[in-house]
Amino acid sequence: MIDALFEYEFLQNAVITGLLIGLVAPLLGVFIVVRRLSLIADALSHITLTGIAASLLIEKRVSAVNDWNPMYMGMAFSVIGAVFIEKLRKVYKHYEELAIPIMLSGGIGLGVILISLADGFNTDLFSYLFGSVTAVSRDNVWVVVIITTLVVLIVMLFYKELFVLSFDEEHATIAGVNAKTIHFLFIVMVALVIASAMQVVGILLVSALMTLPVAAALRMSVSFKQTIGLSVLFGEVAVVTGLFSAYQLDVPPGGTIVMSAVVILLLSILYRRLRSEEWWKGETS
Amino acid sequence: MVQEPLIELEDVAFKYDKEWVVEHVNLAIHKGQFLGLVGPNGSGKSTLIKLMLGLEKPNKGHIRLFGKSVKKFNMWQEIGFVSQKANSFNSGFPATVYEVVRSGLVSRMSIFQLFNQKHKEKVYEALKEVEMEEYAHYSIGELSGGQQQRVFIARALVSDPSLIILDEPTVGVDSEHVTAFYDLLGKLNRERDLTLLMVTHDIGTITSHATHVACMNKSVHFHGSSEDYHDMTDEEMSEMYGHSIHQLSHNHEVTHS
Repeated sequence: MIDALFEYEFLQNAVITGLLIGLVAPLLGVFIVVRRLSLIADALSHITLTGIAASLLIEKRVSAVNDWNPMYMGMAFSVIGAVFIEKLRKVYKHYEELAIPIMLSGGIGLGVILISLADGFNTDLFSYLFGSVTAVSRDNVWVVVIITTLVVLIVMLFYKELFVLSFDEEHATIAGVNAKTIHFLFIVMVALVIASAMQVVGILLVSALMTLPVAAALRMSVSFKQTIGLSVLFGEVAVVTGLFSAYQLDVPPGGTIVMSAVVILLLSILYRRLRSEEWWKGETS
Repeated sequence: MVQEPLIELEDVAFKYDKEWVVEHVNLAIHKGQFLGLVGPNGSGKSTLIKLMLGLEKPNKGHIRLFGKSVKKFNMWQEIGFVSQKANSFNSGFPATVYEVVRSGLVSRMSIFQLFNQKHKEKVYEALKEVEMEEYAHYSIGELSGGQQQRVFIARALVSDPSLIILDEPTVGVDSEHVTAFYDLLGKLNRERDLTLLMVTHDIGTITSHATHVACMNKSVHFHGSSEDYHDMTDEEMSEMYGHSIHQLSHNHEVTHS
């Protein structure tokens, strides 16, 4: 694959995008997981699919439009979906998690209708669902570069606010943190990262890249910083091994990336178990 | 006392839906006091705290913090808060004691400001104050309830407030550590001249540590120094706030005498 990497632009695109996503998806994932919002990523990715389907349909039906990049429409849908989830969480104050299945099923429902109108499933759509090593264009790489830079910058600048909001929202409010604005900014970032990640990982598996590396990191880390560091490390390892094996086996990278993340997760659980057993033995002997 | 009170409530009332939970509350907390706000469950104590902190808006009356209307108040770094919730936070949260205490500095920092060496020193100072500096790099979830509550005191102390409000902080702390916790509060009150307002239903312990006591059941029935409180007879007490509190305080005396 190394030789091919220098030869083919499409491979370079996939690897660059993959590495950037391997950084930002787990980075935001840490905040998503500790705030118990893991399923929001799922809802947003399904809404992104609706956007992709809408884009494909318009391209097909409106002759003036061709060569549209479905990523943009996916992003727009994802961001709008994020706004709606926030609104719904206000409506159902006592059942905040209801917002997620409402948006998820709504997104899929509309998506299925749009897909059928656009003449059903084709290879394009398949690569959006499960990711592809060949589908990333140079333009897309630039979009992902911009989004990654933006997300990393925002997380660094608002790190203290994001931390205090995740740990103790009431305390954050009393300390004068503008919870609404920060939360909105955060959910829009999540929406953008999901739309960026879908070409490599695939819509159905994006949320896994946001949560599995974090789940593994949680088994091993003491501090919040360490959790972020390990999550990003695990995310990158999963992306690199996943892309490599997807290329070798000629399967969609979404599957191999997520399976790599699953293996890392299992190893981390095993590691924790072995360590606590050792500790236990040390204690009793 | 000529000095303006740090917190002043004037005929404050508040209702959830149609039910009044706080009525006709007049209360002032002056600098240097350690005020215990006691009352049975559902007496509106915690609601009163929310009103003071601006988390709820009163239907009637005025609330002033440091002489300013709570609506316009913006010196939140002057007020530390230790909630009951701090006890029931997600104990699997991946953060060290150091990180938790440092988060208390947010109210003092401007937007975009990053943590620096000076902040680190402040965090260790606050941890030292509550005798928890050796636990700085422990995960917050590893600590006992009493230790965690000390950490939350440190989080409140780190921004150098003049007033700390505590809402039932001893809930979930085992009884042998409760006394040490009260001693710590007493020390902070005396040595740092820190004004404290503590809400509790534990009427016995608080009256022997606080300088002042206020008893509340929807409205404030007694407000005075702890000595005055102890001087009250049983009859006066039951007359003042009814059967339930009387029972509570009475039982307490039985178990501790």
